[in-house]
Formats: sequence, structure tokens, C-alpha cells
Amino acid sequence: MSEKPKLAVYWAASCGGCEIAITNLHEKILDVDAALDFMFCPCLMDTKKKDIEALPDRAIAVTLFNGALRSEENLEMAHLLRRKSQLLVAFGSCAKGGCIPALANFTSKEELLHSIYLDNPSVDNPAGIIPSGTTSFPEGDIHLPGLLGRVKHLAQEVEVDYHIPGCPPEPHQIWNVIEIILSGKLPPKGSTIGCGTLTVCDDCDRTKEEKRITAFRRTYEFYPEPTVCLLEQGLLCMGIATRNGCGAPCTRANMPCTGCYGTPDGVSDQGAKMVAALGSVMDIGDTTGLSESEITGRVDAFLSTIPDYAGQFYKYTLASSTLGGRIGR
Amino acid sequence: MPRITIDPITRLEGHGRIDIFLTDQGAVENVYFQIPELRGFEQFCVGRMAEEMPVITNRICGVCPEAHHLAASKTLDAVFGAEPTSVAKKLRELLYMAFFVTDHTTHFYALGGPDFIVGPDAPPSERNILGVARKVGLEVAGEVIACRKRNHEIITFLGGRAIHPVAGVPGGWSRSITGEERTQIENAARKNIEFAKFSLTTFEKIVLKNPVYLDLVTSDIYLHRTYSMGTVDTNNQANFYDGMIRVVDPEGNEFVKYHPSEYREHIAERVEAWTYLKYPYLKKVGWKGLTDGVESGIYIATPLSRLNVSEGMATPLANAEYQRMYETFGCKKITNARYQPIHHRLATHWARLIEMLYASEHMLELALDPEITSPETRTIPDPARFVGEGIGSVEAPRGTLTHHYVTNERGVLTKVNMIVGTTNNYAPISMSIKRAAEKLITDNAPEEAILNRIEMAFRLYDPCFSCATHFLPGKMPLTVSIRDRQGMLLRDIRRQG
Repeated sequence: MSEKPKLAVYWAASCGGCEIAITNLHEKILDVDAALDFMFCPCLMDTKKKDIEALPDRAIAVTLFNGALRSEENLEMAHLLRRKSQLLVAFGSCAKGGCIPALANFTSKEELLHSIYLDNPSVDNPAGIIPSGTTSFPEGDIHLPGLLGRVKHLAQEVEVDYHIPGCPPEPHQIWNVIEIILSGKLPPKGSTIGCGTLTVCDDCDRTKEEKRITAFRRTYEFYPEPTVCLLEQGLLCMGIATRNGCGAPCTRANMPCTGCYGTPDGVSDQGAKMVAALGSVMDIGDTTGLSESEITGRVDAFLSTIPDYAGQFYKYTLASSTLGGRIGR
Repeated sequence: MPRITIDPITRLEGHGRIDIFLTDQGAVENVYFQIPELRGFEQFCVGRMAEEMPVITNRICGVCPEAHHLAASKTLDAVFGAEPTSVAKKLRELLYMAFFVTDHTTHFYALGGPDFIVGPDAPPSERNILGVARKVGLEVAGEVIACRKRNHEIITFLGGRAIHPVAGVPGGWSRSITGEERTQIENAARKNIEFAKFSLTTFEKIVLKNPVYLDLVTSDIYLHRTYSMGTVDTNNQANFYDGMIRVVDPEGNEFVKYHPSEYREHIAERVEAWTYLKYPYLKKVGWKGLTDGVESGIYIATPLSRLNVSEGMATPLANAEYQRMYETFGCKKITNARYQPIHHRLATHWARLIEMLYASEHMLELALDPEITSPETRTIPDPARFVGEGIGSVEAPRGTLTHHYVTNERGVLTKVNMIVGTTNNYAPISMSIKRAAEKLITDNAPEEAILNRIEMAFRLYDPCFSCATHFLPGKMPLTVSIRDRQGMLLRDIRRQG
């Protein structure tokens, strides 16, 4: 067996994009393989889980853990890998803040199962079956792992040494992190690494004119001017409330930042930060002589033009936001 | 009763696991292929603004986000009543061709193909991209990395960013391409064509000219006579981006051709209590359990099925290869251009390479289209034409992908349904695993042979879970445990990379 430090990549509730991002290191992937004992997804349930359990504690040098915690099995693996790893890294926005899978926290587990298996246009389920628990067959039992009541991010369950944001993290940033790990010059524990400390606006080429906007506009309504700040054109661009490091590719493609790198340094809640930022660009007209309630009314009317600000502002961070779990219905 | 558990297989809404129950005599009694993971996009997308769907649903799968991005964009065209401009459709399709080339390349050289190229009886530590390099030539690994790189670069600028694109909007595409970018795409497409031809030659040399492999391809271990599904253009030729859904029966007769928006009349999904994934089947044939034949509604939606429903291929080099494949299998022509379907599932690998050649040729056609650098990439939806419901589909590399959205008058989602690529093949994959197990598990079968050949049965579908068991350095240990009914371990078959 090789004496190289062991690198593990585990995925919980996620899409696989984090693995593809690692693969998109292209020829550098061979350098990673040369320096580290690259154990891809070493640890999946049952007998495989036993293999990990059999390792001495802290036997794995670094585990890059991607995905949110959605099922009982995800939870178990998070605890197991914490115990077996010297460094546990929340890799990507699912592990860091819940990301898209955590949008499920707007609703309940029961509603979720109902709409997948019962109230669905193509489903054929006359017996009203909802998959769960243990099913007995003449041959034996088949057990299905249960879903958690709400989606969690990794640090809600175990101690996390570092966070790498992004959905998925950009390959050049993954390479930066690998270089940091190989150099042994690790930043303070708990740091968010593989990114900048400012906002996407700092990476964006578009010009800001400190202009106020009179209404929000949806992305499909117009073709945005290519050199002007998208927020100042009325689009809900999240750049102002989002950590930089991606290089702002989305705004270069004429689309607003959707916030996938999560909160910048010093900000704990991305949605709250966005609402605060909107306050400074909304033009609610001349308020001279208006009562407080009239001003509030104007602000509310302005905000009501956004049909889903919660889903929009917490798309990648709902699990780690101050809202945390279930809100809305 | 003894039980065999194959675990891990990963990737398909997360993970997968196989339980094989044996009779006391050691014969296969039943097989359960379970998907123990669910994220529930169909529920949590409700309440979101519809135009966010291309960005939300690509997170269903990071391996084929381009497919979800385009299916979502097409569904939004319908919801907002906005027909994309001509160049917008071409840019979407251009991105998609680059994606098909890189995706099929990855499967052939790193995931499923090594079974063949290196050989089904080679040790697992050899059956990976490095083993391929040793067998075909060291420069091949470099070529594979270069192919992925040049196509991912194009996907990145064309789609706006890496992995999860952002450029899809109702009525079009958010950015145009420059003349320089067009040149880069043209050069990449030409290299892709050469690389696809090289891959087909490699397949011929190594697989088709080797009687042992050819026997395996044509053996009945991997044979199922099911319906075939695929998207076809107005000439009834395979198309990945747009067209009608065509289904042929096991004999090759057209069973139905329908517009994707009619999917509910033709597809139903069965629920089982022991797995989170649903089983789609042809509604008008009906669910008869995990069995093949004309009476069973089980169908495949794979590279092979797309060719089975197609009247030849729309590009010349791919069409020549298409004819060669069907002639090799001794299929008779049933129309001027189409042959009897191939049911030998290992031929899917060959079909995938033919698709890769088609995608490369079509990518070049699109790159040379005089309109491709036009800035007219968007139709701004007219509120008067707003529909509030839409269905859109594309051919994902792993099967027909359908999105269906209903919104309120403000374009906020109230209902979402999706039937994704690999899901179509849930029943066929389960059948293939069972059949391989039945044919291969005997008291004295060599352990590696069981593992390899069962893995080959599901890997040929390129299901999203193939990567974990077959990734680059081949360090993915696979364990099969045979247990008695009380869960006591009877025998452990273990492979280390």
C-alpha cells in the first residue's frame, strides 16, 4: 500500500457536480493522484462502511465531503468520516449551506413524499404506496433508509475544519486548495477557503452608477445592457451579497449572479444581506411628509413585485441561514 | 435463504444497491435493485419563479446538467409562449453536441468501455482509463483528457459557466458567440470527429475482431426483447435536442410516435414500497412486472434504443457506422433506412460511439452555419402569449428527459413533474442484473467473473451510478456479501483495486 496521505471524497445528498469539478482539473488530476492516495467515495454503507470503521481514527488525511444531509445514512457517514479524518472539509455549497437540496426545508417531508408518490401527473399508484421502512418479501426483508425531517448542512452535525464554497467550486479554486493542503501551511481552523473574502461585485466588470431602481424586473423580460450593473437594471443579481472567487462568469454571460458562493466574510445570512442591499437601490419616490406606515406600504409594494424572494435569496444557503428550517407554508 | 448484497453502486439520485436472494440450492430466486435516496425536486421547486428552473434543475445531476438546463429552457419556452430565435436553438444544440461528445467519451474510456477494451476478465485494477492507456497506447489517456478539456471549455463559455450552465432563458439564450469563439468550436469539432473515428476503429479492432468478445456481445446473458424509445426529427432520424418521441416494438414496428407534450398518455410510473425510484413503463401496453416481450410495457431509452427507432443517422459518417452495426448483427432492413432492432444490450457501447460521431459531425455543421454568430439570441416573451404550463424534453445521454411545469399567472411554479434519463431504464437495468445473476451465479463460478459480468450488465446503460465503481485509478473496491436470512455472512467476495 502507498504511504501517501489518504484523500477521501464522499458525497451525501448532492448532484455529482463537485466530482465533475474535480475531474475538470483535467491534466492536473494526475498531479493530485501522484501526491495523494486518492480514495474516491471510499465509504458507502454496509460492508463498505465496515472498511472505514476498521480504519484507525484520523487515518484519512483529508476528506472532501460534498452534499447536504438528507437521509439517516448521510448523517451516519458524516459522523463516521469526522472520526476517521484529520481534516474534514465541507466541499461545495451543499455541504456548506444546504444548497438546492435544502430548498426542501420550505416544506415538510410529508408534503414532499406526497407530491412525488401520490399527487403527480404520471404516477401509477392505486394502492397509495409511499416508500419507507422495511418491506418483507418471501425471500427476505429489504430496508430503505429514512429521510430526515429537514435538510442539514455538515457543520450542523459535526465539527468542520474548512469550508469550500461554490456550486460547484470552480476548478482553479479546487487546485488552490489542494496546493494549500500539500504545502501544509493551513489557515486557521474554520476558515472558508478556495475563494475571496469580498463580494462577486468585486470580480464583476460591469459599471455601477449608484443608480436607484423603480421596479424589479424578471430575467426574461428584457435583454440587459451588457456593461451596466445588472442590479441597477432591476435584476435580482445576488453578487452584492455573495462571496467572490468565482470570477463572476454569470454576469459576463448577461445573467445575474444566483449566489452560489454563499455569504461573504463577516456576513452570517445571505438573504438578510441581500434585503439590506436592496434597501439601498430601491427608489420608493419622494417620501417627504409621508407617515411611517405609508413609507412601509411603499416598501412592501415594491418588494411584493418579487414573487419568491425567499427561494431567490436563500437558494444556496437555506440550511445555514437564520431561517434554518421550515418557513412559509 | 442466502442473500447477496452488491453495495456500493452509487449515482442515481445518489446511491444504488443490489440484493440478490438465492434458493437453498444456490439458484437466483429474486433480485432487488434499490435506490435508497431521494431529494424531491418535484416538490421543492413548487413556489419558485419558473425562470429559475434551468439553474435549479441542473443540480439534479452534475454529470448531465446540460440536459436538465436545456429541457428546462424548452419547457419555459412553452410556459411563456416564446418561440426561441433560430440562432438560439442552434446555440443550445451546439452546447449540447459538445456535451454529448465529452460525456460519451468519458463513458467509453473511463466508465463502461474498459470492460471491453481491457477485457472482461482482466483484473479490476486494470479495467480503467490507465488500463485502456496501456492497451491502446499511452497517448490515449492524454487524448481523452484533451477531448474532455476542449469540449468543457466550449460548454463553459457557451453556457456562461462551468458544470451548471446559466445561459438558458425562456425564448432563447443569454449570450451570443464571437467569431473567435466560433473558430475555437470549429477546430474542436474537427478534432472530435477524428477522435470519434479513432474510437470506433479501436472498438472494431479490440472487440469486433476478437471472437471471445464478439461472443459475449451476442450472447443471451445480455439479451432483452423490449420496446425502444428515442427522439426523432421530421425525417424520423435521431435528434438529441428536439423532435417527436418514437417508440418501436421488439420487432421494430412503430408502436407510437407522439409529441413530448403528450407524455402522460404514454408513460406511467409505478411505485414500489422498498425503493425511492419509480418505474416508468408504456401505459398503453401496461405493467407486467420485470419481464420483456411485446406484452410488457418496459422500454429502453438509451443510445441503442435511439438508433433502433431512427431511420439512419442525419450525418454521413455516423450513418455509415450505423449501417455497419446493424449489418454486423445480421439485422434485416425493415424500411429503406432502418433495420430490425438490436436487443443485445452490450451493443449499447457501440451505439454510443456512433452517437459520439454524429454529435461531432453535427457540432461542425452548426459551427459552420453562417447564422451561428448572430446576436439575435432571444425572443422576449409577449405577456399576451403567456401560457402558464409547459412540457419540454431532450434526449439526455442516458435516455429521454421530460420536464413538465405548471405556473400561476405570475410565472410561479405550482406543479412540477420530471422523468429523468436513467429512470426510464430502471426496469431494464433491474432485469439485466437479474438475468446476469441467473446466468452467472452457480456454486462454483469464479468470484471475479460474477462481479465483472454483473457490473457489466448495469454499466452498459451508463446509469449515473457507474462512475464510483469504475473511476480513474480503479481503486474502487467492490464487495459482494452472501448472507443467510438472519443476515449471517456466508461468503464474502471482495475485490480490491
